[in-house]
Amino acid sequence: MTGKQVSDVQATEARAAKARIATVWLDGCSGCHMSLLDIDERLILLEDKIELVYSPLVDAKQFPKNVDVTLVEGSVSTEDDLHKIKLIRKNSKILVSLGDCAVTGNIPSMRTVFSLESVMERVYDENATINKQVPSKDVPKLLERVLTLHEVVDVDVFIPGCPPSADTIFFAISELLEGRIPDLTFTARFGA
Amino acid sequence: MPTITIDPITRIEGHAKVTIQLGEQGEVQSARFHVTQVRGFEKLCQGRPFTEMPALMARICGICPTSHLLASSKACDDIMAVRIPETAEMLRRIMNLAQIIQSHALSFFYLSAPDFLLGMDADPAERNIMGMVRKHPQMARDGIKLRQFGQRVLETLGGKRVHPGWIVPGGVSHPLQAEQRDQILAQIPDAIRITRAALQWFKGQIESFRAEVRSFANFPSMFLAMANDTNEFSAYNGWLRFIDANLNIVADHITGTDYLNYIGESCNEDSYLKSTYFKPLGLTDGVYRVGPLARLNMCQSAGTVQADEELAEFRELERHSVLSSFYYHYARLIEILFSIERMETLLNDPDILGTNVRAHASPNKFEGVGYLEAPRGTLIHHYRIDQNGLIESANMIIATGHNNQAINHGVLQVARQFVKGKKIEHGALNRVEAVIRAFDPCLSCSTHADGTMPLDIQLLSPDGEVLDRLLR
Repeated sequence: MTGKQVSDVQATEARAAKARIATVWLDGCSGCHMSLLDIDERLILLEDKIELVYSPLVDAKQFPKNVDVTLVEGSVSTEDDLHKIKLIRKNSKILVSLGDCAVTGNIPSMRTVFSLESVMERVYDENATINKQVPSKDVPKLLERVLTLHEVVDVDVFIPGCPPSADTIFFAISELLEGRIPDLTFTARFGA
Repeated sequence: MPTITIDPITRIEGHAKVTIQLGEQGEVQSARFHVTQVRGFEKLCQGRPFTEMPALMARICGICPTSHLLASSKACDDIMAVRIPETAEMLRRIMNLAQIIQSHALSFFYLSAPDFLLGMDADPAERNIMGMVRKHPQMARDGIKLRQFGQRVLETLGGKRVHPGWIVPGGVSHPLQAEQRDQILAQIPDAIRITRAALQWFKGQIESFRAEVRSFANFPSMFLAMANDTNEFSAYNGWLRFIDANLNIVADHITGTDYLNYIGESCNEDSYLKSTYFKPLGLTDGVYRVGPLARLNMCQSAGTVQADEELAEFRELERHSVLSSFYYHYARLIEILFSIERMETLLNDPDILGTNVRAHASPNKFEGVGYLEAPRGTLIHHYRIDQNGLIESANMIIATGHNNQAINHGVLQVARQFVKGKKIEHGALNRVEAVIRAFDPCLSCSTHADGTMPLDIQLLSPDGEVLDRLLR
């Protein structure tokens, strides 16, 4: 083998030794992802241990197979979300419900007390000037009722918080990388 | 007609997709940017006490919660008809500057730098922040530290990094302590060093991105930003002003509900994101841009020493206003520098430790509007309340809505420049995504998307034969 081939093989082996991690953002505000980034320099430590195979931060377009741990932020609010969370469940060994929107529906579910029609009317009629219409082409249909992750699929770990703190998220990931289900009883909390 | 779909667009704050329609010869005929989710904050707040709005509206966005917290609190100040204490205003301005620093650092280092450092045509599996950690560890570490600086300021003042509290209708909830101030001041030299190094480096790279400079939404448009009497850079105080591409003032002194006379919102059949336009000129001719590029074109000076030096150099790029949206990145770095310098000045003002930080009042008006320059551009929160102080109606106009038409323009321009013929190059498609990244759109603000479709691009001949296919 040439030097390049050897280094390619080494790179592939190194990748294989790492845990395959994905992060997904459904109907949320990305605050949980920001809190994940708030682990700051600890991100550099993780580089040795994980391969980020799917995330808003990387360019993979298709949710991959054989993912070790997937963290999902946000609730299930559209038909696409519904389809996607099922695919994610199928392809992930451990599924983590990250943050209050995923765990309880939180802010996105506040629209549930109004009819979907009246929400659309507010945004695309009352608060519009011209071309008043509800978008219908190339956009996924909204569900009448916003759902939590565990209403749709089995969830292995719940991390409540709006958002969960960076320390909590880092602790949970570290435990999962060690093969343990994290005990978050005194670490995580709902709300602010 | 063959269609290329890029779904989802990655390394942006929110998800969206792009469709590109090709003609018979494989030439790009049209291209559209679609935002595919909406949460309806303008409805779900109805019937709630107006004092709840800042904490609720902050949840619009986890990247710029402080911007929404501030714009919302300003709208509430207006409803209470109070002038907040001077110290409170200075403290709010520090929060706004910290927000700009962390959000711009995220956009530049975490989301876009992989394109600059690893290359627009680099292996998609490597072209991200983790790839930067491996190949350019110093740059990655600097980016992490700079974002951390902004986040730490928010945490020191607001109690936590994402969705902080502290900013309330009438001011802020409690005064700043001397040790908190000193803690922040101690971190400033390092933040300046990182920003200056990034600026130096980026300026050296521009030459190798000539094609991108030429095609990244590079067109004459109007600009909207906040302005004030001094014509210095303004992100918290002032009124709204529109200028044209030759820097002439088109509309000025827009305050309170006046914005409704100048800004129209048009729905799109194929996107949950509405497009705003300058009302007097209509949808097609009323295209304008907001954000760092608009702000630097708008102001006469930054008002701080180092940022003014950089601004002078920036102005030499083009004769009148700087028009290429590729320069949003450059403008973002100058704004970080300005924000750190301005923050230092504010912290060194003895009044910053003042203890009168909150005005108390019941509602004195039924309507209130708050304007603010969020990292991505002008943010408007507008509420109406009933006799009991409960929200009757709300309207929010958010930076990415202002930029929606310009983003669509840029997507088409880049597609025409780079997507050609019968072979699909993933580097070309990454450039279509990169023009969107230049605007740093925040789709979690007001909307937010998801794509279930894998990126499966097929280039078909007019008779349906698959000419090329790209899957990732």
